[in-house]
This record gives sequence, C-alpha cells and structure tokens, in this order.
Amino acid sequence: MSFLIQQTLLYAVPLMLVALAGVFAERSGIINLALEGIMIFGAFVGVFFVRLMQGVDVFASAAKSGGWLTLQGLELLAMLVAAALGAVFSLLLSFASVNLRADQTIGGTALNLMAPALVLFLVRVIANQNTLQMATGDAASWFMIKKTTLGFDRTADLGFFGNTFIHKVYLATYVCILLFVVLSIILYKTRFGLRLRSCGENPQAADSLGINVYKMRYAGTTISGALAGMGGFVYALTTANCASTGDVAGFGFLALAVMIFGNWKPLNIAGASLLFGLFKCIAASYTSIDINGDGVFWLKELSAKVSFFGAHFYRMLPYIVTLIVLAFTSKKSRAPKAEGVPYDKGMR
Amino acid sequence: MEGENIIEMLHITKEFPGIIANDDITLQLRRGEIHALLGENGAGKSTLMSVLFGLYQPEAGVIKKNGKEVKINNPNDATELGIGMVHQHFKLIDVFTVLDNIILGAETTKLGFLQKKEARRKVEELSERYGMKVDLDAKVEDITVGMQQRVEILKMLYRDNEILIFDEPTAVLTPQEIDELMATMKAFAKEGKSILFISHKLNEIMAVADRVTVLRKGKHVGTVETKDTSKQELSNMMVGRPVQLEVHKDPAKPGEVVLEVERFSVPAKGHHKRDAVHDVSFQVRAGEIVCIAGIDGNGQTEFIHGLTGLDKAAGKVTLCGKDISHASIKGRGESMSHIPEDRHKHGLVLDFTLEQNLVLQRFREKQFQRGGFIDRKAVRQYAEKLIGQYDVRSGQGPVTVARSMSGGNQQKAIIAREVDRDKPLVVAVQPTRGLDVGAIEYIHGQLVKERDAGKAILLVSLELDEVMSLSDRILVMYEGEIVGELDPKETTVQELGLYMAGAKRMNGKEGATA
Repeated sequence: MSFLIQQTLLYAVPLMLVALAGVFAERSGIINLALEGIMIFGAFVGVFFVRLMQGVDVFASAAKSGGWLTLQGLELLAMLVAAALGAVFSLLLSFASVNLRADQTIGGTALNLMAPALVLFLVRVIANQNTLQMATGDAASWFMIKKTTLGFDRTADLGFFGNTFIHKVYLATYVCILLFVVLSIILYKTRFGLRLRSCGENPQAADSLGINVYKMRYAGTTISGALAGMGGFVYALTTANCASTGDVAGFGFLALAVMIFGNWKPLNIAGASLLFGLFKCIAASYTSIDINGDGVFWLKELSAKVSFFGAHFYRMLPYIVTLIVLAFTSKKSRAPKAEGVPYDKGMR
Repeated sequence: MEGENIIEMLHITKEFPGIIANDDITLQLRRGEIHALLGENGAGKSTLMSVLFGLYQPEAGVIKKNGKEVKINNPNDATELGIGMVHQHFKLIDVFTVLDNIILGAETTKLGFLQKKEARRKVEELSERYGMKVDLDAKVEDITVGMQQRVEILKMLYRDNEILIFDEPTAVLTPQEIDELMATMKAFAKEGKSILFISHKLNEIMAVADRVTVLRKGKHVGTVETKDTSKQELSNMMVGRPVQLEVHKDPAKPGEVVLEVERFSVPAKGHHKRDAVHDVSFQVRAGEIVCIAGIDGNGQTEFIHGLTGLDKAAGKVTLCGKDISHASIKGRGESMSHIPEDRHKHGLVLDFTLEQNLVLQRFREKQFQRGGFIDRKAVRQYAEKLIGQYDVRSGQGPVTVARSMSGGNQQKAIIAREVDRDKPLVVAVQPTRGLDVGAIEYIHGQLVKERDAGKAILLVSLELDEVMSLSDRILVMYEGEIVGELDPKETTVQELGLYMAGAKRMNGKEGATA
C-alpha cells in the first residue's frame, strides 16, 4: 500500500503542477499547448544543471560524506534553474501570441516540435549518446530521502505514515505540493489572481477597468512556463532516474487532459492528477503492486493468466482512461471564455 | 461656485481611415445635470464618449475638467478624473460574482490579498442608498440583464465617479426596469453627479434629460433644453429631414392563409421541465402583419427557432398549403424569409463581404453560377443593385466586410436580402432593435410595403410602440403560451401590458386559435 501511494504521488505531483501551469496560461487567455515541449526542455535543463554541479567540490564531497542537506539544496537549485529556463522558453509563446497575435495552437505545436529536437541535439552534443544522465551515481543515491538519511536505523519501523511519506521520498514532491497550494491561493485570493482570471474571461472588460491585458497574459504564460519547466525536471528526477532523453512520455498532454478534466480548477485538478497518477503507477509497476499487503501480486497474476491483460494493456491504461474520462467530462467543463483569442485593443 | 461646467469637450475632431467620426464637436456638461447625447447610428456618439473615456485620442480639440485642461490617455486617467461609463455591451466577467466584478480593477488589498469585507460594506451601503438591489454573491451569468446593469452602475459608484456616462442603457431593459433606471438617474443628478446619457429613444430623453446635444454624421447640430423642444423637432434635427414618427398604413386586406401553426411546442433547453413554447396555434394570412408581443424571454425566441427549423419542435406547421413540420431549414426557406433576432449570429457571416452576405442563400441559383463556380460578376451586379435599392451604406460598397458596418446598415443588408428573395412569408424578429429613428422609419415602411404587396408578415417585437403602430393583429405570448389576441385599434397599451405581464388572459384556447 505504501508503495502504491508513493508511486502514485511520484506521477501525480508533476502532473498536478504542470496542469496548474496550464491553468495559469489559460486563465489569462493563452492556450499553452506547449506544456509538453516546455517539460522536455525543463527536464533537460535540470538534468544538465545537476550534471554540471556534480563536478563542483561542495556537492561532490557532500555526496561522499553524506551531507544530505547540501544535496537537497542542489535539488532545489536545479528545480529553480529548470523553472527559470522554462519561463524563458515560454516567452516564445507569449511573444507569438500576445505581440504577433499568432494562432496559439499553432504556436504551441511549433514549440512542441522544436523542444524534443533541440534537446536531443544538445544531449547528443553533450553526452554523445541519446540519453543525458548524471555524471556519477543516480537519483536515488544522491537525492532520495531514506530513513537512514534521516538518522533512523535501517531496521526501524516508522509505521504506515513514516514508511509512506518519509522513507524513500523526494523533497521535490513536497515542494511541488506546497507550490501548488500557494499558487492556487494566489489565483483565487489575491488581486493579481483576480485580474489574471478576468483577462481570460473578458479582456475587453478588464481593459476598460484599466488592467493591462498584455501584461497579464505575459505573466500568466511566464508562470505557466516556469511551472512546466520545473514539472519537467521533477518528472525526470523522480520517475526517470534524473535522465533527459527529449521525451516525457506525453506527460505535458496528459496534464492538458487533467486540466480539462479538472475544469480549470485547482482542487479538481489535484483529484484528477491522483487518478491519472494511480493508473500511470499501475502501468509502470503492476508486477510489483501488492494491493493489500498479503504477498499476492494480483495484477501480475492476472496478466500472466489472461493474455489480454498483458504488459501492453497496462501501459495503455492511463491513456485509455484519459480518453474515456475526457469523452464524458469535456462537454461539461467550461474553458475560460476568451482563451485562444488574441486580444486587440482596437477591436471592440 | 466654481464654473458651472464640470466637463467641457471643445472642438473635438477624431478621424478614422476614410471617415471623420467627430468633426469639431463641442459638448459642455453642467454639474448636476442629465445631458442627453442624441444621434443616429454612426453619428459619432460612441466615438465622442470613447474619447472622453480615454479609449481614443482625438486629432484636435481639448477636454477641460472644472475649466482646467486635462489629458485622458486611457481608462485609468478617466477613472482618476471621476469619469465612469456603463457600456452598451456590459463589461462584466460572467463567471465572477457580482462583488468581484465591482471591485475588479479597484481592489483593496493587504499584501496583495483581497480585502473584500470593506468592499462588501461599501457596496451594500451604496445599493441600499439608491435602492439598487443586487445579490453580491451571485455569479453574473445567473442574474438578469437588469441586475447586470445595476452592477455596472455600482461599479461606477464604487469608484466614486462623479461624471457618469450611460451608453444606450435602456436598450436591454423591460419597461419597469427602464422606469427604475430613470428614477435612479434623477437621484444621482440631485446629489450633484453629472450624467451623460446616450440614446436615440426620444421618449426617454424627453422624460429624463435637462439638455440634449444632437449629433449628425459626426457634426454637432445643436444643443437644446428639453423643456423648449419636442420629440418631432429632436428627430428632425437628428435625421436632418422631417421624419414620420407614426407608421402610416391603410387597413389590412387579409387574403389566403399563408402560415398555419397547430399545437406547436418547443421543449425547453437545459433542465427545465416546462416547454419553452407550449401548444401554440394560430394563422397568418397574406396581406397582414401579425405581431407576437411579450416581455423578453417568454418563448418568442424559441418559437421562432422552432418555426424556422433552427431547433426541434413538435406540432404541425403548414406553409402555403405544404406541411413543413419536418422540412429542413433550407426547405423552409423556399417560401419563408427570415430576419433573425440576432443579426450577428444568424443574420450575417460577419467576416464575409457585404456581397457574399447578400447571396448567402442564393449563390446556388443559376444566375450566380458559372461552370460550378460562383459567377462573381453576377454577384457583384446583384449586390450593387440591392445596395442602391435599399440604401445600404458602407465604407467600400460590395466588398466591405460585414463586421465593419454599423448596426443599422447591417440590418438594412439583411432586410434587403430577405425581402428581395420575395417569399410569401416574412418572419421579422425585433427588426428594429438597437436602431435609430431614421432606420426604424425605413424598416417599418418596408414591412408595410411588403404587406401591401400581399405578403404574410409575422413580426416579433418587444417594443410596445412598434407593436401598437405596425401590427394588424397582436398575439400576446406569456410563459410560452399565447394568452391573448388583440386588435391594436381597439386595445390600449395598458391592456396589452396586463396580458404581457400574465395578469390577464383569454379563456381557454378559444382566443388563441382564432
């Protein structure tokens, strides 16, 4: 059970954060289809940053001597760098959508096409292979928090809560959850959030009240880029052993689906992410899920008995669930009214 | 007392490519007065107000507040100067609550966090003081148009504006709401607020304004005191020629039954159990104008959608002896012209040119076809003929994009297209909504002409004046049913009002099916 919850969170949290990234862009009126591309880019930037920093003395010696706090600092730093460059990358979309009034869907698609190609190119230049990995060690040995890291004995039993939320976890997961909560509050409780949301619904009205629609849309998209960049790195760190390959397994698009399923509302998005996270977790590790802890691996046995429920079935599962859920819910969910429409002061 | 003018707009000139929207216009607003701005569509009223509100910069002229020259570069500057505006199309966020809409752009915050308590108190106080009831926690999309307007007004009051601009505020209101609004405006003026009231409804101007400034084709025609003028004089000033305010028509000579509707029902959209239109039966004969009267939202729109085939409906419809209950929209169009309620949604393809719009239903006809392609020369010729015949004015003639035309001319284009198709039944839904006196006169004239040419005309109107003056028979619709049939020559506006409000109805189906 602990394993299931942990794995689900590993998938759900980046998804949640990136879906919120989508919300910030769309609530300001810009469709950010480029989430996938920005995630790919952010993952690359973060991994590359970690790889570079591994050569720096402070971190290298911390890794040897078990200075885990320093390493957590490195992890946070890498998240920040991925966010910063994700934001910069998203400026391309803002510029095309706000200043050039380009079609946002096309702009986003262009970024989605560009990001994997660019990243793969850079990875090959840097590492001379198709995957950019950490220079030494792996994500678990450098960044994962275990009970031994925290000074507990290897054999200590921390109880259900401890086993689930303290042992074998990444700090990034909790930082993302905290960020998600803080940003949701900002979206609903602050002046900035109110104004941002007004721009996605009725920019003409916002403009008539002296709100700078262009600025708000830049802000929304930039926050979106930062979150997607960070989400990309967190995904790579926690589920791909801190490696960048020019691919995030369609997580950016999944995040868009989660956003629509969650009706552009943070609370619903959190719920939707957990659902998708669960299926993604089942897909990735159905062979080692012991649902009720009785030593019976039911899903594995099922797949061994019935060929239909083979590995491919489980791998398809999250995407099939996405399709089904969207087919039933997308009609009811309500997108921000003015999203995707370039704002032109002159047109009234 | 410092000078009596609070705002002066002196010699304002504003040009757009190809047109001078404001040509040397001077407008002086006194403290505490209600000043009406009257003019036809395209006369430059909205442009002038946009200049005052900082949305446009004039090429020439100055604006003074309390005698001091000011620069208004954007709406923020206008707000600083205490100028507020209720736009014709409300500037509200549908999914926000009323309170959020009021504070948006003028929020009180602490460390960036919204402080709504104080705002709520202030708004409650204002709404109490002026008797403007609003539900602060309701979402704007769920409240009535009248309440939405109160929200717009509260927005201005919340910002402590002392100069209030109302852009065509009554176009969307019911008669009762109009009365309330007029009272509110007078209360504001009494408190020393100055009001600019843009309108082309002469009754309202005469009732509420102290002075009127009339614009015509971008020029200032004159400023007069309402007590020294009359409706007739004002409309002559506005149009530039004597205008008929009454419709002149001979008694109808009804002929054959053209349209027969039997036990017609349209299911409601959404979760409502009641039908939007329930069990309606009536006939329309050639050579008569039958008007469906009623307060907005009593099933008129749904009825027309059902009749024209835009929505599904139950019951039998016979048109020119043919059962069209299950015919397609195109099939029905063979013997029906439709001047739709929403001219932007159902009347025109806004991004098409005028000539394309004029042949929307006809391009398949032989005269516009050449070898499988549209014969553009023929279309152009036809468009030019209609434009001339119906006096449709636009920037570039047949190739003008419909979106850029004024509302009145868009409507004229639709009427030209529909009338020229020459079908036995003309369905006209609120054909004069939002139009000025000159255009209304023209459209009424056209409808009467069509009637006299033997067409059957089914009119849907919310304007009591229009209902009384134009129709030969009135059917009153209330909550989806026809509750009365009246003869405009024998009834009064008051009686009609009682039927419309559901306070009176004819017994059973008898009256309704006559």
